[in-house]
Amino acid sequence: MIEVNNVFKSFDKPVLKGVSTTFETGKTNLIIGQSGSGKTVLMKSVVGIHSVDSGHILYDGRDITQMKRKERILLRREVGMLFQGSALFDSMTILENVMFPLEMFSYDSLEERRKRAIFCLERVELGHALDLYPSEISGGMQKRAAIARAIVLNPKYLFCDEPNSGLDPKTSLLIDRLIQEITHEFNITTIVNTHDMNSVMEIGENIVFINKGEKAWTGTKDDIFTSECEPLNDFVFASNLYKELRKAHAFFVSKKKD
Amino acid sequence: MNAIEKVGTYSMLMVRTFAIPDRWRMFFRQYVNEIQKQGLDSLAITVIISMFIGAVITIQMVLNTANPLLPDYATGLAVRDTLLLEFSSSILCLILAGKVGSSISSEIGTMRITEQIDALDIMGINSANYLIMPKVTAFMTVIPCLVIASMFFGIFGGYCMAYFTDIITVHQYVYGIQFMFNPFFITYSVIKGVVFAFIIASIASYYGYTVKGGSLEVGKASTDAVVNSSVIILLANVMLTKLMLS
Repeated sequence: MIEVNNVFKSFDKPVLKGVSTTFETGKTNLIIGQSGSGKTVLMKSVVGIHSVDSGHILYDGRDITQMKRKERILLRREVGMLFQGSALFDSMTILENVMFPLEMFSYDSLEERRKRAIFCLERVELGHALDLYPSEISGGMQKRAAIARAIVLNPKYLFCDEPNSGLDPKTSLLIDRLIQEITHEFNITTIVNTHDMNSVMEIGENIVFINKGEKAWTGTKDDIFTSECEPLNDFVFASNLYKELRKAHAFFVSKKKD
Repeated sequence: MNAIEKVGTYSMLMVRTFAIPDRWRMFFRQYVNEIQKQGLDSLAITVIISMFIGAVITIQMVLNTANPLLPDYATGLAVRDTLLLEFSSSILCLILAGKVGSSISSEIGTMRITEQIDALDIMGINSANYLIMPKVTAFMTVIPCLVIASMFFGIFGGYCMAYFTDIITVHQYVYGIQFMFNPFFITYSVIKGVVFAFIIASIASYYGYTVKGGSLEVGKASTDAVVNSSVIILLANVMLTKLMLS
């Protein structure tokens, strides 16, 4: 579990204004919000890429804001991250990319490291692409390879920064489901930063809505339909499709009550 | 970012760079790759440029030393000293600042903008140490070989000019390049080369590592790396020459 307590962060102007929330273990925790709302800054602050101005971020009770550099480095070995652009190393094959964290931190034999990497790649259905380079595979496959690399060291915490950007709806769905399956299978604390409403409705087990640098709402994907939070409703139900969906949901709920 | 801030950032980056590697095995793997990329891949351009410059210096020296008061072997002597003292270290390194410096800067800069460096940091790896140290140490290791190859092929270029044309006899040329030979000139040139290699690789890495933005900024960082490392090489050249030859 990751707890964020009263976190403030500003660059030229305040970006995060006293955000407090909890990201639960074994669940896909989503951070949603409009562009410029501060959700990426929140995620990067939680990961430790940005240092916070004040407040505390606790990884199962360990406060990352109070850690020394070396302690932070050790903590990061428990973290896997899926970047928006996959961030696979261009000069390495897919297998080498996934083996890379093991090469750096594992004392297993070469054969064992290779086995573990292949297991992770097969888990994301990329067993056939071991010797291909990132430039030779599609965006969806790159995302899956990046997920395999993120989980190869059995992380306790998985961060996904806009995992669906640039992907078609079908591939997005596959990536979302894969993230959720892996979260449940390995009991990871997963945090997904997204503004894709399909993802929210698919894997939103714990959603944090950030509006103008503040936590405006928190709940599950089912709670969204009954939310009274105006900024959230404006954001989630912006398209006609979701407006209709909300009406249909309200209709079915009232029918059920009757 | 002002100059003092840049020097501070560069120094802090170098402190992070020259730390003990997380894994020596990975360091040596990278180191061997960099020797291939920066050393062996620069050999052909070094040989070609040195041979032609050696030939051109020979022609120019024949014209400039056409004086009855100067001995015929003065051409060979002047070619040798020009190559050993200046061309094979300073000028060669200025040329390599363009080739190797821009390559390092754009490679690391691209890794920065595509979040590959962030990925290394998130894994708990010292990205500066993993990426920069093998490049700097490999270039510093390989530069003495390039400097010595440049000296050899520069003198050989002059020899070819003497052999294939009648501007000077081979005997006079060979006598000139052996006349009053001071072996310290080779040491001096190699030391300068090693210092310049550090400047080229570290400054290029700094510009690549600190890139912010997109592909345009990577291009700009690459240009800045070449320009700044060239200026610092020229400055260091004056200082080293004063220290070692005065």
